[in-house]
Amino acid sequence: MSTGHIGQRGRRGDLARKALGQVRFTDDIALPRMLHAKIVRSTHAHARIVGIDASRALALPGVVAVITGRDLPGRFGILPWTPDEHALAVEVARFVGDGVAAVAAVDERTAHAAAGLVDVRYEPLDAAVTLDDAVGKPHVGLSAKGRDNVSKRVDLAFGDVDAALASSPIVVDSTYWFHGTAHAPIETHCAVAEYGADGVLTVWATTQVPHYLHRELSRVLGLSPAHIRVVQPPLGGAFGGKSEPFGHEIVCAKLAIATGRPVKILLSREEEFYVHRGRHPMRMKMRVGAKDDGTLTSVDVETQIDGGAYSSFGLVTTYYSGQLLTLPTAAPTYRFESTRYFTNKPPCGPKRGHGSVQPRFALEVALDKIAVRLGIDPIELRRRNAVGPETQTINGMRVTSNGYLECLARVEAASGWKERRGKLGHGQGLGIASSAYISGTNYPIYPNEMPQSAVMLKVDRSGLVTVFSGASEIGQGSDTMLRTIVAEELGLDLGSVRAVSGDSDTCPVDLGAYSSRGTFMNGNACSHAARQIKEKLVQAVAEKFGVSAETVFVSRGFLCVRGQEERAVATDEAMRIAEARFGTLGATGWYKSPPKLGGDYRGGTIGASPAYSFTAHVAEVEVDEETGFVNVVRVWCAHDCGRALCPTLVEGQIEGSVYMGIAELLLEEHATHPSGVHLGPNLLDYRIPTALDSPEIEALMIESNDPEGPYGAKEAGEGPLHSSIPAVANAVFDAVGVRIDELPMRPERVLAALRQRRI
Amino acid sequence: MNDVDRTEPNGQTAPTDAEDVDALTTCRFVLNGDPVEVATRPSRTLLELLRYDLDLYGTKQGCDKGDCGACTVLIDGQPTLSCLTLALACEGRRVESVESLRAGAHTSPLLDAFDRHGAGQCGFCTPGMLMIGKALLTDDPEPTRERVRLAISGNLCRCTGYGAIVDAIEEASRGGARPPVPDEAHAPLPLPPYGER
Repeated sequence: MSTGHIGQRGRRGDLARKALGQVRFTDDIALPRMLHAKIVRSTHAHARIVGIDASRALALPGVVAVITGRDLPGRFGILPWTPDEHALAVEVARFVGDGVAAVAAVDERTAHAAAGLVDVRYEPLDAAVTLDDAVGKPHVGLSAKGRDNVSKRVDLAFGDVDAALASSPIVVDSTYWFHGTAHAPIETHCAVAEYGADGVLTVWATTQVPHYLHRELSRVLGLSPAHIRVVQPPLGGAFGGKSEPFGHEIVCAKLAIATGRPVKILLSREEEFYVHRGRHPMRMKMRVGAKDDGTLTSVDVETQIDGGAYSSFGLVTTYYSGQLLTLPTAAPTYRFESTRYFTNKPPCGPKRGHGSVQPRFALEVALDKIAVRLGIDPIELRRRNAVGPETQTINGMRVTSNGYLECLARVEAASGWKERRGKLGHGQGLGIASSAYISGTNYPIYPNEMPQSAVMLKVDRSGLVTVFSGASEIGQGSDTMLRTIVAEELGLDLGSVRAVSGDSDTCPVDLGAYSSRGTFMNGNACSHAARQIKEKLVQAVAEKFGVSAETVFVSRGFLCVRGQEERAVATDEAMRIAEARFGTLGATGWYKSPPKLGGDYRGGTIGASPAYSFTAHVAEVEVDEETGFVNVVRVWCAHDCGRALCPTLVEGQIEGSVYMGIAELLLEEHATHPSGVHLGPNLLDYRIPTALDSPEIEALMIESNDPEGPYGAKEAGEGPLHSSIPAVANAVFDAVGVRIDELPMRPERVLAALRQRRI
Repeated sequence: MNDVDRTEPNGQTAPTDAEDVDALTTCRFVLNGDPVEVATRPSRTLLELLRYDLDLYGTKQGCDKGDCGACTVLIDGQPTLSCLTLALACEGRRVESVESLRAGAHTSPLLDAFDRHGAGQCGFCTPGMLMIGKALLTDDPEPTRERVRLAISGNLCRCTGYGAIVDAIEEASRGGARPPVPDEAHAPLPLPPYGER
């Protein structure tokens, strides 16, 4: 029986405190005698560090310490298989902006001045800055063994692709270019560290993965993890850009240990673009075959991925560039060959929709091309090729709930697709695209059998319940989601449930806010814990009234005896009765994903998830043929989130995803000069959309009630980004009849395509 | 050099080259209705002064270059980027930061509307958005949707896609001079009758 919290609109509960400065973000932390640190960064794309002379910096009044890579020789990295980063470059700097030394001083200004006084002598090396360089200049030797620049190669085939394509009446063969983009959260990276007299190191950091940071701090600093406390304050946006341990976090900790004083390091907006880990540029040569009725026969894609200077999540990214293309529509045969190259640029990593946004753009545009060639409605084409619920994909992914067809139907109806398509004015058009995404990866980043998510509940005799969770509140509202679940199970009002999250000393381990795993995994862990408390409250009340536990139920604010509703106990009183009966009340809950999901082949576990979300977008655009300017007027996005636990938050995720996708299509490109110098590491040159550039977005929630999700819920944070991009691209074709297979669709690119059409 | 008038707007005399150009200087202004008097260095920005000297952490630094709007405060009612404003330039003026949106146990209807509409997710751009919203509604109590979009177009949000922010400001505007929202707004919903549970 529901107490009415699930699916109810309401406040997040933390916004006023955040807005008023009562919640401390990382840069809001100020400790007594705190020093400020700055990092000296490489001015070369690729160079050997010949010598570092810090004497001028150390002579500056107020400078307390200077460290270099030699002080932190251990390698680290988010994936245990590819630890190829140093907190500060040890021998070789691999991109313009790579950290080579760090300075701690009494204030930020002095630290900044001192960083400029550290003399670094470089011996420039041949660099591979572009993807073509990486392929054509293997002698640069950026790979682990130094023989070439290859970071990771994946080659997987399912069925006889060549035969299927040879016998297909239609094959669409195109090359798509998705240039990289940055996360650009409004809060830049920041860390504060303090090394206590008890030998405990505390690090506060803007991280989405406090647990992985904890592990890597221990590894590089050589401290026992039991002597490290990692605290993750609420984040001012992340989007994947804070989802691995960073050199500056380790530097901050090292300086705190070396100086015996607390240290803060706040990255500037410019440095944010060097730290990067943004969306990988991908060049995708894709062939899609179909029969005359629009049934797909095969998808074959060859992808070159520009990884930047380090591995980051690259191994996984390379798999993701292919593994998620077998949903929500699929061909019976499929092959992908992806190669990630190292280049002398800021390292790429996971950005919202990790690795799968780029190929999704290619595939959905290819489907549109087939629909146009065959004269079939592109929504109908997708329906004909839809993978259903309760099935397995060709690459071995288990699919449970699937609201894909409902997503298509909802955007078709809401946008007036049938009535309006083809009847809009000059330069106006409608486009459709669709996608699927994981609700958490089925396997943790480092192989282990422990829970992926856990919460602990503390029940206070005042009537307050506190949720302790390792989940990372990064703005998506994970704290609110957890409070909603506890309130739902115990019949409390939201004000009587508080959340404490992201502190390794007080909260159980959660793997972090990545791969859209929060609601599914942490939500399940939380309801597991709350149900244990509920059982105790029910039993205590049943004993009080001398009735069987089956007759006692939880309603809002009370526990009641069914059929005798005058026999009711207020929830807080029930807590006291239960505490007297059972002792101090608390519970732990956890989530472990089902064993053995995914394909039975090397890499078959990547892309495996306990549940998949589904999305469809219709975009309406106006294209000015004189200026090449694309105006996205309106976007309808239907997203199968399983069940919307907190609808305001789910809509927020959908709208934010659509916005971010359209930004990547219209404006954004993380670009460097061939010399490796960033072309605009600031928010004026790296233009992100303002309120005037952003369309009206209609978020439509589809609830397919997943059998394993908490209350049926699946993810909502990343899936709704994917197909926003190809939906707009397809709308541009509908409007002006040109295909632009290279992003972003800036006016000059649109104009060039229009000019070519006229010839 | 001697001919130059070295009197600053605050009536003090600018230092000569021989003096410490960044010496502590007293600055007086009205902050969120209260008079303040602080000693600060002429190089200190208003943003630094608010956050690091006066412990008002509501105002945020997003870029420190005037590109993102997160640090927006009002000076004499005008939206101003505090990261590009020297603290001493506030001498004798009226400064309002986001902390002015709550008094005692009451929250301003604008902030309340942001909370209910999901107009802030991470909350980092929210202080700047709120101050822009406050200035806009003071200037135009019933702005059109387009005017709201225009007004907030100098403030970047990376979470919401802006729609919820526009909704919240619109709603707060329709409320006109609504009284601040007391904390009872967070009280539980009344229980439904027994039969319906």
